[in-house]
Formats: sequence, structure tokens, C-alpha cells
Amino acid sequence: MKNRARFLVVAAVLLALAAVPPVAAALGQPFYLDLFRRIMIFAIAALSLNLILGYGAMVSFGHAAYLGIGAYAVGILAYYGIDNGFLQFAVAIAASAAIALVIGAVSIRTSGVYFIMITLAFTQMLFYLGISLEEFGGDDGMRLAARSRFAGLDLASATPFYYFVLAILAAFLYVVHRVVNSRFGMVIRAAKSNEARTRALGFSPYPYKLAAFVIAGAMGGVAGALLVNQTAYLTPEFMNWTRSGEIMFMVILGGIATLIGPVLGATALLLLEDLLASWTVHWQIILGPILVLVVLFARRGLAGLLPGGAGDD
Amino acid sequence: MTDALLHVENLSKSFGALRATDHVTLEARAGETHAIIGPNGAGKTTLIGQLAGNLQPDSGRIRFAGEDITALSASARSHRGLARSFQITSVYRDFTALDNVALAVQAHAGSSFRLWRPARADPRLRDPARVVLDEVGLGARADVLAANLAHGEQRQLEVAMVLATRPRLMLLDEPVAGMGVEESQRMIQFLARFKGRQTIILVEHDMDAVFTLADRISVLVYGRIIATGTPAEIRANPEVRSAYLGEDD
Repeated sequence: MKNRARFLVVAAVLLALAAVPPVAAALGQPFYLDLFRRIMIFAIAALSLNLILGYGAMVSFGHAAYLGIGAYAVGILAYYGIDNGFLQFAVAIAASAAIALVIGAVSIRTSGVYFIMITLAFTQMLFYLGISLEEFGGDDGMRLAARSRFAGLDLASATPFYYFVLAILAAFLYVVHRVVNSRFGMVIRAAKSNEARTRALGFSPYPYKLAAFVIAGAMGGVAGALLVNQTAYLTPEFMNWTRSGEIMFMVILGGIATLIGPVLGATALLLLEDLLASWTVHWQIILGPILVLVVLFARRGLAGLLPGGAGDD
Repeated sequence: MTDALLHVENLSKSFGALRATDHVTLEARAGETHAIIGPNGAGKTTLIGQLAGNLQPDSGRIRFAGEDITALSASARSHRGLARSFQITSVYRDFTALDNVALAVQAHAGSSFRLWRPARADPRLRDPARVVLDEVGLGARADVLAANLAHGEQRQLEVAMVLATRPRLMLLDEPVAGMGVEESQRMIQFLARFKGRQTIILVEHDMDAVFTLADRISVLVYGRIIATGTPAEIRANPEVRSAYLGEDD
């Protein structure tokens, strides 16, 4: 029953997102196409963070690193005239997975505040590395030379790009669903729930957690590759620590360790930002208390309020 | 005494100035239920922790089935057939009873680097888990979240998870702790079924459980073993009576 309700919620959300381009066109508001594409890209980033934060209790405060690596992979290749999307995205995935392997190998040996600080420190290093890359715009960043091209698909055209992002979001939702319910996922969730018991049963959690960390990093890299196509501008700001905080907030707002939560969280946060910013320049004063209330009163975030409710699967 | 399954030699562990385990020498023979009793704070749980590998001893050796396991991790010991239960109920609260036991089965069913097939639909995990749940009397409660089980049921689940790893030696840390009279009687009868076929180290406060189940008893006081013997010998031991059992007379 609950599983069915959850499946229907996911299906409804994806259908609603699929309806955005025709609705935006009918209303003569192409701006919404752009906004919701951005929302979906951040939903992918939040979804990947939720895999480790929600299901594995690995509070990575540096998830923006993978946005940056994905974006730089695409941006740098485009700068040298390589706009083949397959190649660009493959490099983005490989690079972010490799960096996640290094960051994870060190950070997963620690826990709690130390884990948070190490992931943050690595991301700051990458942030300053981005600033120091004068060739690629340094501090100011640079324009993306050309958007990614996939065989018959050019991300420069708005609507195909939109559906491309939606397809990736749907695929990643399915992947996360499969992974967290597999034997592998059960080990990660068990280690989150009670690490001592998990060891006593005969599991050694480290390699499983590290593998999850790398998968999340690779998915974050895809979000970064999409983001630079979205903004058409490459900047170290993608890796700013406030960005990591934003992604984490999307996960918490939407509902930790729920499948659809990160999508809801990204949608709510970015829509609120957009709405409040149109009313006042001090929109953060309003957004802050809303977030605090959600954290205090909705333990499983927005997803916990929906049919199917607070469920891990 | 080469036929002992577990050999503990001169095990010591201190926390600051506190000698929690003080040159403990102990053995568990194959098939016996060996109870460890002692007053509160005697170091029983610390000793179990070292046997299971959650704590590293400062000195001493642990041999299990002829192999020195002193340096092995908890998970490695589990794979050699040593399984522990926890004094403080330590089940996965957000998982159902069946999920809990299925995880114990999974830990001993090959690599868990399987990322795609749903674990909850895998009969190789679910079927053996159901058998064990039935065995401990929780069959009807398989689909209840562990958090929603009664305390006694959680204790049963704890034992089910130990059994599901098919251990050669079970380390049970106060399996009847906090149970009502009836519940603890049922648990004692359940554990009595293993007498002679399963090696058990039983840490327990409940004297009913100890004298019903134990083939031999070791008495731990301030981290030291002051006596080891059959229940009759322990009952008659004057040192034990004054240190521990005395309060019952």
C-alpha cells in the first residue's frame, strides 16, 4: 500500500515536470522552462547527496565539489573545442567519481563533526583551485564556449535540453530506488542505524560506504555538467560552501532518506527563493524562519506530509 | 584442555585507573553453556566486548577454534563463527523483524556488493530468516517494525539475529534483561534447547537463568575471575557466597 502510494507520488511529480514546457509555452512564459530546468538540475544534486546523507548518515558538507568538477570538465573541454556531450559527460562522471574516491577514502574513516569538516575542507581546496585557474577565467569564471552536443541533441535548444534533464532525473530516481533496496543499500542503511550491531553481524561497513560515496559523487558530477550548460557560464562559485549548504537544505526540507524528498526540496527552495526575491531584496529573512520551522516540525520534511509518508524506500 | 573452542588467556583491559578486566583466563568447551556472573560493574560486558572484538584488550590472548583471534575485527570474528547479542537491545529499529534477521543472514551469504536486485524479494535471505523467526517464536510478528515490538520481543529478536549467523559460539549478554517473569521463563526454555549442541557464553544476572542453563559458571568480581566450576561447586564456594551470592541468603 505504502509502496504504491509512494510510486504514485513519484509518477505524479515526474508527469507534472513533463507538463511544464507546454504549459509555459501556452502561458507565454518561457522563463518557467528555465526555472524548472534549474530546479531539476539541483534536484539531481540533492538526490545524489541524499543517497549518502539520508541513507548512509554521511553528512557531506561539500557536495558542491562535484557540481564544480562536472562543470569544469564540460567547460574546459568546450574551451578546447570539444563539445561532444558523450565525451564531456563521461569525463565529468569519471573525474567526480575519482575525486569522491579520494575525499571519501579519507573522510569515511571519521564521523560526526570531523566528517563534516573534512568534506568541507576538500571542497574549499577545490574552490580555491578553481579561482587559481587563470586560463579558465580564475575568480571571474568564463563563458561556456559551446553547449554540449549529443548526436541529434543540442543542449542549446531549450526544450530538448529540458527533457534531457528530466530523463536523467527520472533515471537517477530509479537508480537510487534500486540501490537503496538492494543488499548493498541494506548494509548502508543498517550501518547508519546501528554501526556496532552491523559490525557484530559480520559486515565491515567501510567499503560499502565508500562505494556509495563514489556513486553519489558521480551523480553530483552529472548535475554539474548539466548546470554549466544551464548557466552557459563556468565559475568557481559552483563550488562555494554556501552552495553545499543549499543542496543539504534541499534534502532536509524535502525529507531525508525519502526517494522523492530531494526533488520536492529543490522545487520548494528554488521556487520560494524566486517568489520571495520578487517581493523584497531581504528575502533570506523570510526564508530562514520557514526552513527552521520545517526542520522543527516536519521530521521527514515535505515528503513526510504526502501519501505514503515517511518511508525509506 | 585442547578440546576447548574458546581459550582466553590473561586478558586485561583498563580504562584509566579502572581495571575492568584483570588477567582473565577462561575457556568454553565445545557444546557447553558457560555462564559468567558477577555483581554490577564487575566487567562482564567489557569482557564480552573483547571476546566479540568491539574492544581491544591491553594484553592477553584469545584463541578461537585453534586460531589466535586477538587482533581480528568484530566482523572478521563473526565470519569465524563468533556471534554476540547486546545487553542494551540493539536491533535496527526502523526495519521490520524480518528485515533485521535477513540482514544477519545476508552478512553470511557472500558479498553484499550487489546493487540492483531488491534484497527484500530475495528468498535466499528471507526464507532462512523466517525459519529463525519462527524458531524464536516471532513468526507472527515478522512484518512489525522492530521499534514497535514489545521489549521482550526485541530481546527475542536480538537472539534471532545471533542465531541467523549460524555461529559456532554464541556470546549472549543478559538475554533476559528487563523481561517479565513469564517472558524470561520462555526465553530460558528456548535457550535450554541448545544445551549440548551449541557452545554458549552467557552473561546473566538472572540466577534462575544461570542455574537452569549453565554447565559451568565463572564468577567475575572487579574484573577478576574468582572461581570457575559447576553450578553445585559455585553454590558451595565460600568466597563466591561472600562476594556475590551472599546477598541472597
